[in-house]
Amino acid sequence: MSQTLTTAPSGLRRVVDTVVDILTSPKTGPVTVTGILFVIMFLAGGFSFKRFFSGQVFLNLFIDNSYMIVLAVGMTFVILTGGIDLSVGAVVALSTMIAASMLQAGWSPALVIPIILVVTSALGLAVGLMVHVFGVQPFIASLAAMFLARGLCYIISNVSISIDDPFFRAMALTRIPVGPKMSITPSVIIALVVLVIGMLVLQYTSFGRTTYAIGGNEQSGMLMGLPVARTKVLVYVVSGFCSGMAGILYACYTLSGYSLTAVGTEMDAIAAVVIGGTLLTGGYGFVLGSMLGVLVLGLIQTMISFQGTLSSWWTRIFIGALLFIFIVLQKMLTARRT
Amino acid sequence: MNWAVKVISNRLFWPLVILLVLIGLNVVAVPDFLSITIHDGHLFGSLIDILRNGAPTLIIAIGMTLVISTRGIDLSVGSVCAIAGAVACAIILSSPTPGDPGVVTVAVLAALGVGLAIGVFNGLLVAVTGIQPIIATLILMTMGRGIAMLITEGQILTVNSPPFKFLGSGFVLGLPIATVIAAVLFVFAAVMTRRTALGLLIESVGVNPEASRQAGVRARGLLFTVYAFSAALSVIAGIIMTANQTAADANNTGLFIELDAILAVVIGGTSLAGGRYSLIGTLVGALVIQTLVTTVYTVGIPPIATMVFKAAVVTVVCLLQSPTTNQALERWRSRRNRVSAISVEAAK
Repeated sequence: MSQTLTTAPSGLRRVVDTVVDILTSPKTGPVTVTGILFVIMFLAGGFSFKRFFSGQVFLNLFIDNSYMIVLAVGMTFVILTGGIDLSVGAVVALSTMIAASMLQAGWSPALVIPIILVVTSALGLAVGLMVHVFGVQPFIASLAAMFLARGLCYIISNVSISIDDPFFRAMALTRIPVGPKMSITPSVIIALVVLVIGMLVLQYTSFGRTTYAIGGNEQSGMLMGLPVARTKVLVYVVSGFCSGMAGILYACYTLSGYSLTAVGTEMDAIAAVVIGGTLLTGGYGFVLGSMLGVLVLGLIQTMISFQGTLSSWWTRIFIGALLFIFIVLQKMLTARRT
Repeated sequence: MNWAVKVISNRLFWPLVILLVLIGLNVVAVPDFLSITIHDGHLFGSLIDILRNGAPTLIIAIGMTLVISTRGIDLSVGSVCAIAGAVACAIILSSPTPGDPGVVTVAVLAALGVGLAIGVFNGLLVAVTGIQPIIATLILMTMGRGIAMLITEGQILTVNSPPFKFLGSGFVLGLPIATVIAAVLFVFAAVMTRRTALGLLIESVGVNPEASRQAGVRARGLLFTVYAFSAALSVIAGIIMTANQTAADANNTGLFIELDAILAVVIGGTSLAGGRYSLIGTLVGALVIQTLVTTVYTVGIPPIATMVFKAAVVTVVCLLQSPTTNQALERWRSRRNRVSAISVEAAK
């Protein structure tokens, strides 16, 4: 041991140390593990199934999960502060309902989309105020918002409304070629833009730094003079906004609005964020990790559909099992550091 | 004046007020809401319906109270209900004599066994691995319905077994059996935790795990116990719900019941941050939720507005109980006292 202290470590040793450090750090460890896991799963899928190894299979992950990526970005903000938002699934459903019913009534998409975003952000604001001003636990406050959003869906309509607005149809059907026999939808671009904005905001703005600080230690953040109150309310507005955005993408994807869509999506979003390496107690995590989490969940579904004989409920079991393996792994890796 | 302050600051005050308001609404809408009639020695009436339909939520909420008191949460209860129903129905269906009480007993015991295993698994994750309870139980919440689907092979299992049906819709001593079971479990939990030091130990783990460990409290065993107890109670609730429908529906049995149970606990004044808990509060909370559902039907609120109504009541209860509101009330009261004291001085 003393030798390593006096002499400079050899090159190999330094590389190993760095790798161990990355893997066991609570900041970068989990997200790295998810990245490796994703690659392994993709390779495993490629070796097991014919025609799995194609760029389009990879791109389809983004196309089918663009709304989940947006949802996970918003959820990451909330979870980073140590909160939770259970309302996102219901808000997605509400957004699709507002979109479908207003478009049916002849409104222009240029008006409908801003209205949805304002409504969902306002709902997020209400949750944030309940959490911060009235000290209601995030779990309960967002649960109330979930009931409200679902209830409003039923009030709008309890049957499925289809969307045949030209703009939404174009969003759903346009294919942007990105290579030989490979294409994406505009939704993917929107999702990636939201992702990049989320990354920039978290890493380079004072709002982002305060978000991390609240999750690390709210008291310290307050004593440092950080705008804790404002930030704590704002993360729920961000989550509400992202849920509205995700709802619009979902409406584009399915070209319909239905009050029972996206039931349980909040749990998938939370699972994706956790698999992506964000600690539920807050303070550690990246939006990029959350996107990886979404892609891992999407990959499970893709593999099950490629396999063909497994029933759909195996998806739930695999997601649960993966969640289990992943969390235990996360725990073991970060525990060894101390 | 003093007693009034004491009553208002009691944490059961607002939930009870809401409960009474809801019942009042029902009485206004349906004047004979409170009447209870006797048919064939069985009690019938709206109040009895509330007690019967609210029983599964109450049973689960009892376990949830103890889990929440240790600073935990159990999201897997709804899935456990589905698994319990699936296991019980699968066993009864596979037996040649589904009407045999022995078969039903075996089925219920098997379901309880599975439930206990799930509870121990949850306890293992929380107590030994140290995973946050919300995530630890999220695993089984996600997986559980898949497992239940696996047992029922994706179908709704309908059973024709009188003794099993009795567990859901039978009567004991004139009362619905679900109510009797819930009452027995409630008394059991209350006696076990409040007549012994168990409740205090559970609370101490929730208030400060580290301090209680240094004081010699075996947190690990306690956590195992509360999660196993919660899972066992979910099994019982799941059996009651399945028996009531005489069919195991892996997708819908106990769907969202975890949210109702957690809501009942919170309305009853137990903090999600752990520590002090109130089983009586949970009872009131569960009654509030069930009365809410009944009110929607009797008062004639359109069914599509049910969820909005629920959201409104939950928000009102939470805001009334919030520390901010209480402080505001406190300030208002002391200012009024000061004003009246000054005016008395002036009058002299």
